[in-house]
Amino acid sequence: MQITVEVNGTGYTREVEARLLLIHFLRDELRLTGSHWGCDTSNCGACVVWLDEIPVKSCTVLAAMADGRRVRTVEGLARGGVLDPVQQGFAQCHGLQCGFCTPGMMLTARWLLDHNPDPTPAEIREALSGQICRCTGYENIVRSVLWASKHGASKHGASKHGAGDHGAGDHRAAADRGTEGVAG
Amino acid sequence: MSSTTGPGVDGAYGPVKRKEDARFIRGMGTFVDDIQLPGMLHGAILRSPLAHARIVSVDTAAAEAHPKVRAIITGKMLEQRELAWMPTLSRDVQAVLATDKVRFQGQEVAFVVAEDSYSARDALELIDVEYEPLPVVIDATKALDPGAPVIRDDLAGKQDNHIFDWAAGDQAATDAVFAAADVVVTQDMLYPRSHPAPLETCGTVADMDPVSGKLTVWSTTQAPHAHRTVYALVVGLPEHKIRIISPDIGGGFGSKVPIYPGYLCAVVGSMLTGKPVKWVEDRSENLMSTAFARDYHMHGEIAATSDGRILGLRARVLADHGAFNGSAQPTKFPAGFFHIFTGSYDLRAAHCEVTGVYTNKSPGGVAYSCSFRIAEGVYLVERMVDLLARELGADPAELRMKNLLRPEQFPYTCPTGWEYDSGDYPRALQVALDMAGYVELRREQAARRERGEYMGIGLSFFTEGVGAGPRKHMDILGLGMADGADLRVHPTGTAVLSISCQTQGQGHETTFAQIVAQELGLSPDDVEVVHGDTDRTPFGLGTYGSRSTPVSGAAAAVVARKVRERARIVAAAMLEASPEDLEWTGGRWQVRGDPEQGRTIAEIAMAAHSSLELPEGVEGHLDAETVYNPPNLTYPYGAYICVADVDPGTGEVVLRRFIAVDDCGVRINPMIVEGQVHGGLADGVGMALMQVIAFDEEGNCLGGSFMDYLLPTSVECPSWELGETVTPCPHHPIGAKGVGESATVGSPVAVVNAVLDALSPFGVRHADMPLTPANVWSAIQGRPVRADLAVT
Repeated sequence: MQITVEVNGTGYTREVEARLLLIHFLRDELRLTGSHWGCDTSNCGACVVWLDEIPVKSCTVLAAMADGRRVRTVEGLARGGVLDPVQQGFAQCHGLQCGFCTPGMMLTARWLLDHNPDPTPAEIREALSGQICRCTGYENIVRSVLWASKHGASKHGASKHGAGDHGAGDHRAAADRGTEGVAG
Repeated sequence: MSSTTGPGVDGAYGPVKRKEDARFIRGMGTFVDDIQLPGMLHGAILRSPLAHARIVSVDTAAAEAHPKVRAIITGKMLEQRELAWMPTLSRDVQAVLATDKVRFQGQEVAFVVAEDSYSARDALELIDVEYEPLPVVIDATKALDPGAPVIRDDLAGKQDNHIFDWAAGDQAATDAVFAAADVVVTQDMLYPRSHPAPLETCGTVADMDPVSGKLTVWSTTQAPHAHRTVYALVVGLPEHKIRIISPDIGGGFGSKVPIYPGYLCAVVGSMLTGKPVKWVEDRSENLMSTAFARDYHMHGEIAATSDGRILGLRARVLADHGAFNGSAQPTKFPAGFFHIFTGSYDLRAAHCEVTGVYTNKSPGGVAYSCSFRIAEGVYLVERMVDLLARELGADPAELRMKNLLRPEQFPYTCPTGWEYDSGDYPRALQVALDMAGYVELRREQAARRERGEYMGIGLSFFTEGVGAGPRKHMDILGLGMADGADLRVHPTGTAVLSISCQTQGQGHETTFAQIVAQELGLSPDDVEVVHGDTDRTPFGLGTYGSRSTPVSGAAAAVVARKVRERARIVAAAMLEASPEDLEWTGGRWQVRGDPEQGRTIAEIAMAAHSSLELPEGVEGHLDAETVYNPPNLTYPYGAYICVADVDPGTGEVVLRRFIAVDDCGVRINPMIVEGQVHGGLADGVGMALMQVIAFDEEGNCLGGSFMDYLLPTSVECPSWELGETVTPCPHHPIGAKGVGESATVGSPVAVVNAVLDALSPFGVRHADMPLTPANVWSAIQGRPVRADLAVT
C-alpha cells in the first residue's frame, strides 16, 4: 500500500507492506536511524517518536497508521542547526551513556516540557516511567530535563497552557512550514 | 627532579563534558543495526520451543521455496563444515546450530537468510522440525540426582550433569576456627538467574568479500580483538583476513563478551551468498538465549566470638551454568573471582567450594557487571554479616566497623589469596554513616515501629578485584589479559590514541583523551581516541570486569609517558641542553630552574618532524606504543546504605534513600564515575526487587520479554546520594581502580538487608531476591518461595 507521511517537516511517499511497523519504516525505508528498536512490547521506549503531537512507541504502530500524519523524530529536535534545550540538557548533565535510549527519552521530555514547562523531579520521573534506561539510573536524565526547563525549553512549546513566553509554539510553526513540502 | 613516571600537569582531569554526546543527542550514533550495506541480506534464527528434545528431522523444503529466501543453514550443513560446535570461553563447546538435541528453550536450530528481515522471519514459520521431547533438568538442586536426564551426552562418556568442583581457602584452618567459635550462623540463599538486558540487543553484520577473501564483521562486542582471534580459530580464516568493527554499542554489561551462534551464522551466511548478512536478535531471543547472570545456590556459614569478632567464613555453592558452560571469565577460574567472598573483613580463615552443573537453561553465567562473580561473593558475605548482627543483637554498622580491615593492614592478603592493594575502609563506612544520618535513622525506625510502620536500614560494604589481569595468573583461552595502546602525535601537536578496549557507554573517547592530555600538557580536545576496529587498534582483550581504566587506562598513561620521554630528547636538542638537565613542569619540558627555556609538546612535535638535527639513534617523530600487563588487580571498594519502607499488607517495597560512598582511587572524570555508579545502583534495585529469569517445570522461560522480566524505571529508583573517598591505587600509573561494576556488585545486598531489617519484627530472617511484593508478602506469612521456579 502507498502511504504519505511527513517526517520532521519533509513529506515522504512510499509503497509499504501493510504490516510494516513505523519504527522499521523510519529506520529502514527513510534511513532515519536515530530512533531505536529495543523490545517489541512497548516497554522500553527506545522507539518513541511523535505522531502528530503525541509521543508514541513506534514499535507498536503500523507505518500505515501514520499515513497523512506528521512524525517527529530525534533528527527533528534541533531547529535550524540549533539544538533543542532538551538535547543541550542531556549533554550538560551527563544524561546519557550508551545513547541508545536517549532519542526516545528526549522526545518524551520535549513533550513534557511543552505541557509542563516547570516540572518537579517527581513529575519528570512519572513522565519518563514508560521508558527504560540501563546505564544512567535515571538521576542524570531527571537533571537533564530540569536543566532544559531552566534554559529556555519553554520557548519551544507550552502555549497550550499559556505558560510559555513570546516564543511559545515555535516548533509547531516550524513544522507547519515544513508541511508545505509534503509530497503527494 | 623531573618526573617521567608520575602524572603530568594537572588540569585535564575533571568533569569534562563527553565528546560522544554530540552524535548521540542528534540521533547520529552508529549502532550495528544502523549499518546498511549495498546488497545486504537479513538473517533470522529458528529456535527450539522445547527445553530438551532429540531432533528427529528438520525439513526446510517449504522455506527454501520462499521467493525471498537466499539460503538456509542447518546444523547438518554446519557439521559438514565442522562448524556445528564452537568453543566457549570456559573450555566447553556450544552448539552453533543444534544437530543431535536441543538443550534449552530458545536454542538455535536453523538460520534463514532472506532479502529482508520480515521475509526471513516468515520463512522460519515454514521450517518443519520434528522433536522427540526428553525429560528436563531445570532445578539445579536436582541436576546431580541419580537418574537425572543427562543433558550433555554429546561429550564422550558423560554420564551426569556435573561440570566441575572447585575450592579455595584453607579447609583445615577454617574447620578449626569454626570449632572454636562462640557463635556460628548459617543460611541458604539463592542469587537468582538474571539478565543484563542492554537496551540494544546483540547483532552482527558479516561481510565476506569473495574477491579479497577478507571478512569484515560489525558486531555488538565488548572484546573485538578477542573475537577476531576466536573467529580465526573457529572458522579457519587467517587472522589478518578478519576485521572486527565494534561500532557504538548500546550497553553491554558483560553480555556482549561471548561469541553467539547468530554471529557465526551470519558469517557463514555471507560466505554462502557472497553478500553482507545482518542478524539482529529480538528482545525475546536476547533474554532467552544470550548470556544470563548469577544463578548461584549458596550456603553460607559465619563464625564469630560472642563479642562480635568475625573469625571465619564458609561457603558451599551449587552453580547453575545452563546447557553449555559458556561463562566468560579468566579460564583458570571456573567460579570466577567468587573466592574473594571474604569481603572487606579481617578474618582468620575461610574456605569455599563451588560445584558447577548443567541444566536445561541457556548458557552463560558471567555477565551483568559482576566482576567475574564477585557480585555473588559480596552478596553472601554481606548477608552473613547482617545475620550475625541479628544473632548477636549487634548493630550492623557497628559490627562491620569492628571487623573491617584497618588501613595499616594494607597491602593485605585475604585468606583465599587475593592481595588487596590499598584502602581505608573505616573512613568510607563513616562517611556513608554520616551522610545517611545513621543514628537518627535508627531513632526514626524505632519511632515508626511504635506506629506500626516498617522501615528498614540496610548496609553493605564491598571490595572488588578488577582489572584482570596479571598475565602470569590469568588468561582467556590462552590469551593473556594485557592491553595495547599506541599514540601518534602530529606535527602540530594534536594526538591520536588507539586503544584495544571498547566503550559501551563508559565514555572512553573522553576519559582516555583526558589521560593523554594530562600526561602531555594538552587539552582533551586535542586528543582523538580510536577504538572498536581491529584493523586500526592494537591487540587487547577488551572491556569487561571493570578493566578499561585499570588496564587500558594504564596503557594510555604509559604510552603518553613514552612520548614524553621521546619529546625530552628532542626538546634538549631544541634548547641545546642535555636531556638530563630538563624537567617536566607546567605541562612542558624546560631547562631546570629556567622557565624562559621551555618547549611544549606541540612545539617539540613540530621540531621532531622537521630537519632539526637529532642526537645519534633518535629516529624523529614522537609516536610510541606499549602493552600493559597489570602487576595485580585493583581493589575498588565502597560503603552503601539503603533506606526502605515496606507495606506489610501488600509486600510493596519503596526505596526512600540510597547512599553510596565509592573509593575507586583517582577519578579521571568524576562526572562519568558518578554516572557509572548511578547506573549500577539502579541495577541493584532491579536485582533486589524485580529481576529474575524464572522457568516452569517444563523448562519454559518465564522471563522472555520486558512484560515478564521487569527492569527498574525512573519511578522505582530513588534520587541517589553519592559520596567518595580517594585512596589511589599504588601500582596503577595514575592511581585509578575502575568503577564500572562497583555499584552493581555492592548495591543489591544493601537493598535486601534494608527490606529484611524492615521485616525483622515479623521474625523474617531471610528471603531470596527478587523481593517482589508477592515474595515479601509470602515471607511475612512464613511461606518463603523459590522465585526462580514457577513450581512450589
